[in-house]
Amino acid sequence: MALDLREGTGGERDPATAGGYVEPPERVGFFTDTSVCIGCKACEVACKEWNAVPEDGLLFTGMSYDNTGSLGANSWRHVAFIEQPRRLGRQETHLAPTELPPDLLRSAGGRTAVSLGMPAAAPPDGHVAAAAEMDFRWLMSSDVCKHCTHAACLDVCPTGSLFRTEFGTVVVQEDICNGCGYCVPACPYGVIDKRPSNGLVSKCTLCYDRLSVGQEPACAKSCPTDSIQFGELSELRERAAGRVRDLHDAGVTSARLYGADPNDGVGGAGAFFLLLDEPEVYGLPPDPVVTTRDLPAMWRRAGLAAVGLLAVLVAVAVPGARR
Amino acid sequence: MSHTDVRLDTSVDLPVERDALIGSAGRPERRQRGERLMVAKAEFRSYYGQPVLKAPPWEAADIAGYLFFGGLAGASSTLAAAAELTGRPHLARGLKAGAAVALTGSLYSLVHDLGRPERFLHMLRVVKVTSPMNIGSWLLAGYGPLAMLAAGSAVTGWLPRLGRLGTLGAGVLGPAVASYTATLVSDTAMPVWHEAYRELPVLFVGSAAASAGALGLLVAPESEAGPARRAALLGAVTELATASRMERRLGMVAEPLRQGLGGALLRTSRLLVAGGALALTIPVRSRVATRVGAAAMLAGSICLRFGIFQAGLASARDPKYTVTPQRKRLEARTGRRRRRP
Repeated sequence: MALDLREGTGGERDPATAGGYVEPPERVGFFTDTSVCIGCKACEVACKEWNAVPEDGLLFTGMSYDNTGSLGANSWRHVAFIEQPRRLGRQETHLAPTELPPDLLRSAGGRTAVSLGMPAAAPPDGHVAAAAEMDFRWLMSSDVCKHCTHAACLDVCPTGSLFRTEFGTVVVQEDICNGCGYCVPACPYGVIDKRPSNGLVSKCTLCYDRLSVGQEPACAKSCPTDSIQFGELSELRERAAGRVRDLHDAGVTSARLYGADPNDGVGGAGAFFLLLDEPEVYGLPPDPVVTTRDLPAMWRRAGLAAVGLLAVLVAVAVPGARR
Repeated sequence: MSHTDVRLDTSVDLPVERDALIGSAGRPERRQRGERLMVAKAEFRSYYGQPVLKAPPWEAADIAGYLFFGGLAGASSTLAAAAELTGRPHLARGLKAGAAVALTGSLYSLVHDLGRPERFLHMLRVVKVTSPMNIGSWLLAGYGPLAMLAAGSAVTGWLPRLGRLGTLGAGVLGPAVASYTATLVSDTAMPVWHEAYRELPVLFVGSAAASAGALGLLVAPESEAGPARRAALLGAVTELATASRMERRLGMVAEPLRQGLGGALLRTSRLLVAGGALALTIPVRSRVATRVGAAAMLAGSICLRFGIFQAGLASARDPKYTVTPQRKRLEARTGRRRRRP
């Protein structure tokens, strides 16, 4: 009989039930619809404010408008900015004068457009006619801890500091964490990290404190376009499927869901995404797998190797034995 | 002005990453030495070349050192028990003392990495089979006192019966201490470490046997050195054969095992271990050759652990080792070629 270590996390069952909660509330999560993200970073700020997450270096990365870089111990939300010379569905990347409302055209009175320095709308020289050639899109996506159904960080934590909440999310208890950092390389998404100031790991808690009193997480609350949606996971998945259909109908054929499939390598993510390009473009792994999936095979091989070593070391001592 | 320099798209004629080489535009790609590319480079995209994964926040000296000391201690204890059972007291005593020193080194490395000694105890509040680090803590908690008892009794001559118990107990647990570290690093998302999970345990126990044998050769008189010599040679052969098989099987993920700091360390390790093994096999038994060979093997074992450690880190730093194999796997599973959005 094969030993399945993932039984502890319950196969495809609800992770909270598998975690020992008798009658847990519905599993909750995030649906991040990146097609409406405007890159305002309100989620990053709201998260830091609510959770009192320290600042993580006020530095310019020099790559696009993204100065956060990646998720980490002090960034529980991270807005990625991808600039691509390509149009988004039937999106018009310019404002043709004929499309402007007549009263606006009248009030403009023949003046030329002025560049605001943004890489869309109109070219800097103000020749609106040239803009028809311009194909450009910005992809923005607010990344967050995925709160996996099979969470590698939780599995490998040697102290039990990481635990499954009744909402099916994954949270770190700082007083138990011993700073071994084993969860950091275990995460297939590169989310959790060690905070240098206290030597302990930290990551998104999906605002566990807010959930407990029936409030939605700070990032979702602050999102002005509802790009970040919080709710019961089953309902979010339905909503997301509908949104993909709508986008496909509107000509945005590149829209696809990421992390929504309960049969994927992590058993479905508690925070999933609607993306407009391949996951790796956003810095996400295309096919993440919980690291403990292969653990039974690893233990078997380590066990065999240990037995082999024992046998060999005894065998080499036998020739010429003096008793 | 329809383009920006800061971009990331699928167009193959554009560099994926932002920092283009100045003056390289339009020039045909420089031919690589040695090997010519026979197929087009796989199209690979990433988020500004940023890593997808987070490398472990471990100091190389601590954790790579821990991997080496664990292997040395575990295999030494077992070889010591075997030597004692076969009537080779000097070899046994030297190896037990060596195992105790290596164990102290491994505990020091572990605690230094955790920051505070009491943090080790946090790991003993649960038993988790899904966490190799937790299982390793329990192994150390069982093995450590036994190995210390064996060494203490062997050096002082006190409590011979308890010492015998410690020797046998540590001898039985030793191989587990030597091999579990392979699972420890494999049970992560670091591409090289995870993908190598089939070979790493054999590689690590081979290296452990080589280093324990080498230690035995350094501490035992020639008359009792037979088992140590055989263990060192068998270990070296296992290590070298497994390393080459691992590199072949891993394909492109094996690149960090050949390139950079990790590659250099692993090449040095191979040279040292192979050279050490040759020095031990020369027909003329010279004390100097034996000692030099044994020292080279120990150094080779250290280089192996540091090399594997660095290669794992390097494979996390470059997103291509994360993305390319996963993309291939996904496309093989879904039968879908990548669509341009």
